[in-house]
Amino acid sequence: MKLSGARILCESLVREGVEVIFGLPGGAVIPLYDVLPEFPQLRHILVRHEQGAAHAADGYARATGRAGVCLATSGPGATNLVTGIAAAHLDSSPVVAITGQVTRSYIGKDAFQEIDITGITLPITKHNYLVHDTSRLGSIVKEAFYIAQTGRPGPVLIDIPRDVLVEEATFIYPDKVSLPGYKPVVEGHPEQIRKAAKLVNEAVRPVIIAGRGIILSKAFAELRELAEKAQIPVITTLLGIGCFPESHVLSFGMIGMHGMAYANLAVDAADLIIALGMRFDDRATAKVSAFASHARIIHVDVDPAEIGKNVRVDIPIVGDVRSVLQNLNQQVAVQQHVEWLRQVEEWRQLHPLTVIRDCDSVLPQFVIRKIYEATGGNAIIVTGVGQHQMWAAQHFWYDKPNSFITSGGLGAMGFELPAAMGAKVGCPGETVWCIAGDGGFQMTIQELATLVQDKIAVKIAVINNGYLGMVRQWQELFHRRNYVGTQLSCPDFVKLAEAYGIPGIRVTDKVMVLPAIQQAMAYPGPFLVDFVVEPEENVYPMVPPGATFLDIIEEPQRELELTVGPREVSNL
Amino acid sequence: MTIHTIVAIVEDHPGVLNRISSILRRLSVNIESVTSGPTGVPSLIRVTIVVSGPALAVDQARKQLAKMIEVVKVSDISGEDMMARELALIKVKTTRQNRSEIMQVVEVTKAGIVDVSPDSITVEVTGDTNRVNSIITLLQAFDIREIARTGRVAITRGTAGVLQLEEAAPVKKPKRSQRAPAEK
Repeated sequence: MKLSGARILCESLVREGVEVIFGLPGGAVIPLYDVLPEFPQLRHILVRHEQGAAHAADGYARATGRAGVCLATSGPGATNLVTGIAAAHLDSSPVVAITGQVTRSYIGKDAFQEIDITGITLPITKHNYLVHDTSRLGSIVKEAFYIAQTGRPGPVLIDIPRDVLVEEATFIYPDKVSLPGYKPVVEGHPEQIRKAAKLVNEAVRPVIIAGRGIILSKAFAELRELAEKAQIPVITTLLGIGCFPESHVLSFGMIGMHGMAYANLAVDAADLIIALGMRFDDRATAKVSAFASHARIIHVDVDPAEIGKNVRVDIPIVGDVRSVLQNLNQQVAVQQHVEWLRQVEEWRQLHPLTVIRDCDSVLPQFVIRKIYEATGGNAIIVTGVGQHQMWAAQHFWYDKPNSFITSGGLGAMGFELPAAMGAKVGCPGETVWCIAGDGGFQMTIQELATLVQDKIAVKIAVINNGYLGMVRQWQELFHRRNYVGTQLSCPDFVKLAEAYGIPGIRVTDKVMVLPAIQQAMAYPGPFLVDFVVEPEENVYPMVPPGATFLDIIEEPQRELELTVGPREVSNL
Repeated sequence: MTIHTIVAIVEDHPGVLNRISSILRRLSVNIESVTSGPTGVPSLIRVTIVVSGPALAVDQARKQLAKMIEVVKVSDISGEDMMARELALIKVKTTRQNRSEIMQVVEVTKAGIVDVSPDSITVEVTGDTNRVNSIITLLQAFDIREIARTGRVAITRGTAGVLQLEEAAPVKKPKRSQRAPAEK
């Protein structure tokens, strides 16, 4: 059967189970848009900037665990995707980006809206394609989805010339992909696993550091089994939040620059680190030479290039973490670590994170806490980048996987709104809160129009402090309060939301916080709350750049509210 | 700073060399030379890259190259017993006085003369890097006009190797249980 390239593409997407495409049309892709209505399974959501499409596809992928798809035209459409593709690349998200390209005979001649997007995205895609031959298009789509979703997931870009979309070819959708150079390892080496089990059984002060790999591999039950069987404290990275219920007695928070002091102290004192699906990013380890200096390290990761990249590893295990844990758990003995757990718990009591001081103004941490209370922890929280991101990681307890979505590796401001949009589209039955910084929010604010046009009921909390908060914090702590380029004027966000057709309210008073959140959640549609917060609030604890975990700066002593954790919420 | 010889067997697709050099560039690994050519298997080419850089960076580069979808296999064969060959074409200006002396040097070193003109000869040398270097040094006593050198090709000694041509299948398939499901 002969079909046009455009129809071949759509048929292939349907066969891959694609349900939604975030896109914005242009000249090079009109032939594709022309046939879209013939494929009702493919819902198209028109964004207002292609960066929004890319972040939305990423948010969709993180919330659902399936590949997200974004579509842009050639030239500027494609280049506008770059930040979003890079964000997906650094956080290992399965995203398939489809870009239009000029007609084949015009390529390389600086034609109108022509850009070498495959060249530009070489370092930020897992793989990319420029389709020269319409008859290859079906196989390319199949390969692209396979590559994006297997092994260590990542973005794949398919660049399709306009005449390929128009030209007809026989449509064959292969059953299998043939990629001789790509064979992700699933099972870990049995000898390595045996050695690892031995170390686990001998360790006196073991710690598990769990990262995004657990979520990608869906290894939640296996992680839990290991932790409970051998009674090992579980600490997560920023991207690992949600892989282990934070209300669990063995959950000891997040590691890193703004992680909990007790988590960092535990890692520092440990004699064995079991690193599962995490990559020892510099924000997580602080000064690498001082990281876990008393511990041996077992590193399980599906990507062999990550092992030994940042940190010397004693037992490397390449493989899918779920499969490796299934094997490992069988060899791990039932154990107690009463003394060690008592020590870590003591650190938690002595260095409580969850201190929200009593004060008249609206504190951002307080806002996060109230969102937790109002949702009962049952929500998907999507953040931007900066102080509000750290507070959202610290002051909300995430019990379910895929409930915390944030740009960790790239740290792209503006991620929040489109990614929240993608998450809500992927999980329409879930409450989705977009926690936005006033700076980042303005970067992709135009997607408010998409929320309205496509009726996407994201709840938006703007943490409005009039600053580029995280940079201001660094300027305060390390540059003598030299606030250059960080004071940020903002529009009246409520009026702006209303101009887009979204109701909103402003909160300037502590007592209004919870009612505003409840009002937002009760409203059947997108809603914005502008929280005017304490302007010069800092994120604590903090491990200064270049320092070690032992140099952690904790909250300066002030009037303290007692630690309230999820286990005690019912006592409030 | 160490010199390594990396052999990569890659799919014959446009842009593959670009990807490879991008990875090396990103890790600040310097490319001393690149040679690529057919393997005997129609869809695969063999790329031999001589690189220099800190050992850790070169190792990381090798791992990143292995991750590339179009790289079927990559090995750093520097440590192994290997046979390496390069080729150089050297154009030397000749005078009536030194012409026969130059030709004697060529004969004694068992190099070859591939072109002769009234005032120049072009010498061809093949051999390992040391041999090629030393013959060029000898000829530098005269007036060298131009040198064109290839990169290195290398193959390990004995029967084992980076790419073994076994019937039609180039690389051994991994055991069934270890392969991620390719079928959907």
